[in-house]
Amino acid sequence: MNLWYYMLSDSQVKTGYPHVGNQVRKVKSLHFDTIAAISTPMGEGAIAIVRLSGDEAIGIADKIFRSPSGKKLADEQSHTIHYGHLTDPSTGEIVEEVMVSIMKAPKTFTREDVVEVNCHGGVVAVNRVLNLVLKEGARLAEPGEFSKRAFLNGRIDLSQAEAVMDLIRAKTDRAMNVALNQMEGKLSKLIGELRQALLETLAQVEVNIDYPEYDDVEEVTIPLMIEKGTWVKEEIEKLLRTSSQGKILREGLSTVIVGRPNVGKSSLLNSLVQENKAIVTDIAGTTRDIIEEYVNVRGVPLRLVDTAGIRETEDIVERIGVERSRQVLKEADLILLVLNSSEQLTEEDIRLFEATEGMDMIVVINKTDLPQKIDMQQVRQLSGNGAIVTTSILKEEGIDELEESIARLFFEGTLEAGDLTYVSNARHIALLHKAHTSIQDALAAAEGGVPVDMIQIDVTRTWELLGEIVGDTVQDSLINQLFSQFCLGK
Amino acid sequence: MPQFEAGTFDCIVIGAGHAGVEAALASAKMGASTLVLTMNLDMIAFMPCNPSLGGPAKGIVVREIDALGGAMGKVIDKTHIQMRMLNTGKGPAVRALRAQADKVLYQQEMKRVLEEQENLTLHQGVVEELIVEDNEVKGLVTQIGAIYRAKTIIITTGTFLRGEVIIGDLKYSSGPNNQMPAIKLAENLHELGLETIRFKTGTPPRINGNTIDYSKTEIQPGDDVPRAFSYETTQFIMDQLPCWLTYTTPRTHEIINENLHLSPMYSGMIKGKGPSYCPSIEDKIVRFADKSRHQIFLEPEGRNTKEYYVQGLSTSLPEHVQRRLIESVPGLEKAEMMRAGYAIEYDSIIPTQLWPTLETKKIKNLYTAGQINGTSGYEEAAAQGIMAGINAASKVLGKEEVILGRSDAYIGVLIDDLVTKGTSEPYRLLTSRAEYRLLLRHDNADMRLTEIGYKLGMISEERHEKFLLKKQQIEEEIERLRKVTIKPGEAVQEIIRDSGGTELREPMKAADLLKRPEMKYEQIITVVPPEEEKSDEVAEQVEIFIKYEGYIEKSMQQVERMKKMENKRIPENIDYNAISGIAKEAKANLSAVRPLSIAQASRISGVNPADISILLVYIEQGKIAKITG
Repeated sequence: MNLWYYMLSDSQVKTGYPHVGNQVRKVKSLHFDTIAAISTPMGEGAIAIVRLSGDEAIGIADKIFRSPSGKKLADEQSHTIHYGHLTDPSTGEIVEEVMVSIMKAPKTFTREDVVEVNCHGGVVAVNRVLNLVLKEGARLAEPGEFSKRAFLNGRIDLSQAEAVMDLIRAKTDRAMNVALNQMEGKLSKLIGELRQALLETLAQVEVNIDYPEYDDVEEVTIPLMIEKGTWVKEEIEKLLRTSSQGKILREGLSTVIVGRPNVGKSSLLNSLVQENKAIVTDIAGTTRDIIEEYVNVRGVPLRLVDTAGIRETEDIVERIGVERSRQVLKEADLILLVLNSSEQLTEEDIRLFEATEGMDMIVVINKTDLPQKIDMQQVRQLSGNGAIVTTSILKEEGIDELEESIARLFFEGTLEAGDLTYVSNARHIALLHKAHTSIQDALAAAEGGVPVDMIQIDVTRTWELLGEIVGDTVQDSLINQLFSQFCLGK
Repeated sequence: MPQFEAGTFDCIVIGAGHAGVEAALASAKMGASTLVLTMNLDMIAFMPCNPSLGGPAKGIVVREIDALGGAMGKVIDKTHIQMRMLNTGKGPAVRALRAQADKVLYQQEMKRVLEEQENLTLHQGVVEELIVEDNEVKGLVTQIGAIYRAKTIIITTGTFLRGEVIIGDLKYSSGPNNQMPAIKLAENLHELGLETIRFKTGTPPRINGNTIDYSKTEIQPGDDVPRAFSYETTQFIMDQLPCWLTYTTPRTHEIINENLHLSPMYSGMIKGKGPSYCPSIEDKIVRFADKSRHQIFLEPEGRNTKEYYVQGLSTSLPEHVQRRLIESVPGLEKAEMMRAGYAIEYDSIIPTQLWPTLETKKIKNLYTAGQINGTSGYEEAAAQGIMAGINAASKVLGKEEVILGRSDAYIGVLIDDLVTKGTSEPYRLLTSRAEYRLLLRHDNADMRLTEIGYKLGMISEERHEKFLLKKQQIEEEIERLRKVTIKPGEAVQEIIRDSGGTELREPMKAADLLKRPEMKYEQIITVVPPEEEKSDEVAEQVEIFIKYEGYIEKSMQQVERMKKMENKRIPENIDYNAISGIAKEAKANLSAVRPLSIAQASRISGVNPADISILLVYIEQGKIAKITG
């Protein structure tokens, strides 16, 4: 049970308690302060929500909220919504026209009092509201802190809490769906099935150990262990394969557009950004020079990496040669290689093909509005299995096909994408890796003639590790399994 | 009834069953003046159910009791009629010894051990009432008005508290085997505020061995090599009696199904919760209807009797149905029933009312041990007995309390489970209840516990020296095999070939060769013999340690992880209700159990990791508050 290592910071799990005395009773009970955050994505949405949670949430709202009737929010029923204005108490100035929802503990997401202020969308308006509540006593929430509270207050289980945290960070509709699936227990369900298979196998092993004289319990434990263990191992591998996709969903598919000067890279970039809503732009207050464009293409989050860099690489081939560009490309998940349809392939084009060999790549043949001079056969040869799309960005042609190609590449072989269980959480992935090692050890031991009660150690460990993902490692379930599965006794 | 002062003791043990005798012997050996009060001196260490000791987990407990200086192992070594090592085909972690006991000889031998023990007084008497002042036990009063004063009292009354025997629709107040039940004492404990739960257990009929047709059964002999539980036993009984195996038939199942309405289990007459691992035959047939037959073991109850225990046929059906059941089993067509099977209902103390020392939280210096705490089995009872005896005596003598951890012994697992989780049915030890069973082996019980027993004064100097020597030899031999290199010579290649392994290509350390699954210590030493030959026990330890080093290491790492949490102590007077954020159910359970460490808290049912992390934060705050305030 390492769960609390995860939940608590280092200072909280320091060892040694010298104070086993009688002073503890005097200490105030654990108390959470009131937190606030903008809970809708930043951008130009129609409305935005500022959420508060904590004992003071309603009190803080009452300091700044004026309803036409003059009624206080504290006197209102729980789970009601109220129209009014926010005013700055220090100046009396009206800040915003708002709808305010109040939800009193415990029937709220965090099990604390929750207030949601619905205001007009737009960075300026929502930031003013946030600043106002912070001024009146709320603290800016840390990322995922609402979920953490929900979890600490027993509202949701660990895997749900983590899914919610991912949900908060999810940058596209697609990622949102995955996060939702996880919350609804898809991952939990699959993990549950794997654990049940292991549990049944363990029960078989245990019964042979604890009731050796019972001949009616089959001694088929080693082949059974190998069979079930192999299945579990393969399922974990499947989950781990999708896990890299999960990471992409959360962080975006790092995408680099390359090509010779003047083939239309910038136009392609702009077109992708304009066609699709940019999700995050230039995060205010950060000191980063690099701008990353987040683009949602058919549910695939593209992180157009280092766009400044891309612009800089206009003449990368001439300036620093292939070696440097190879370096730039190395970290990309997806390459869009742009060629000019109205010109012959050049030496530089071919070197770019070489530099991107073996990577996920889409060849974009641009400028189809001009007479074609490019040798398509040669392009096909060079691109191998890579997709080829022809566009005229100038005439806005072929962009759809490009987007489709991107989506197809990403969801390759996974047509029922909406039904997939992605593992998109770093802790889950780490646990899955450990479980994988553990079941592999068990299988190797089983095939190597190690006694069954030794193999069982690794099988049990696998079962526990999988249990940690869903926050459940109770030993008792094995005992219960034992007696429901077998007829034993004197 | 006029009362009189009858004596003062450091420790009084009520009851002389398997828990009582170990408790009294431990207390007396440690130097506390000890009195044992039993209703019937002829029933000391009586086995009211199966005539056997040991088996998986339980057999290891017997070894552990012996390593601590208890009596069970030595007594069974002298009085058994058969011994078998079980699970020999599996790994070392689950090997276990089981003995068929001569029930009468076992009782006689145990009585003799008690009689010869210094500091121990054995007396027949029925306890009716405890003397408790300011929530502290001071003494007790017996049926005849005798007042005994004591610094500590251990109650080991087994299934006697408000015991009721049930056969068919017959139900009467009784202890096991028609002994007197303890009713007044049960009422007294209730008045003192100890909460109880009603449990049920049962026993099969006994038959006359002269009327068994053995030709229709399979023989189950003992091992033909000397076996013993105790590390001190040097004389082995080789003259053994076999058990016999037969099966239920479709006819048996028919009879049960036809008469199910007569079973008190199904008529609703029995309300107590029975053990799921020990179902009656009617339970087995109802719950596992698709099984066409069930095993029946015929076990002799002793050398001087023809009475046989019919294992597998535990039932509380009326006697006339029981007779027909027996007759439906091959080999038992003409068997004469000597005693009918019966179910017994009794009060158990809810064990979460106990500290891990087995002292009750409500009444200071009062301990309970054995079946009264909701367990089942002679070994489980004896294990609690010895620990309660040790802790009661420690208290009187001003010594530190002794709590075995889950990684120290099955005894630790047993007691931690009881006081932390409680139990909803009679609790039986299973190897699967232990997280670290590779460390809790049959073969290394002495390595784990002898030192503790010695420090308590329960292990003789002579035995301790022998133990130290063995330990040293094991360490030296492991070290030697790690250093010595085996070159690919003809002798070793032949041994490897014979065991079906791959021949050596390069020189290899002896220890590495021994790690191969097919290799054995005895083969390795033919190539690299030690200066002087090692005993079988030493050889066994060396082989297990080297062979399974990787797995042992893994278990040790697990133990280390858990130890961190074990070391986080929870203040004894913490007020869980004052901690906001802990779930209601968790609050209630934490308040009831009052765990000593975070690890123990995490094992309480209904306490989830979120509650634990809040508890940790709270305790951390307490620490800060103390420093700053």
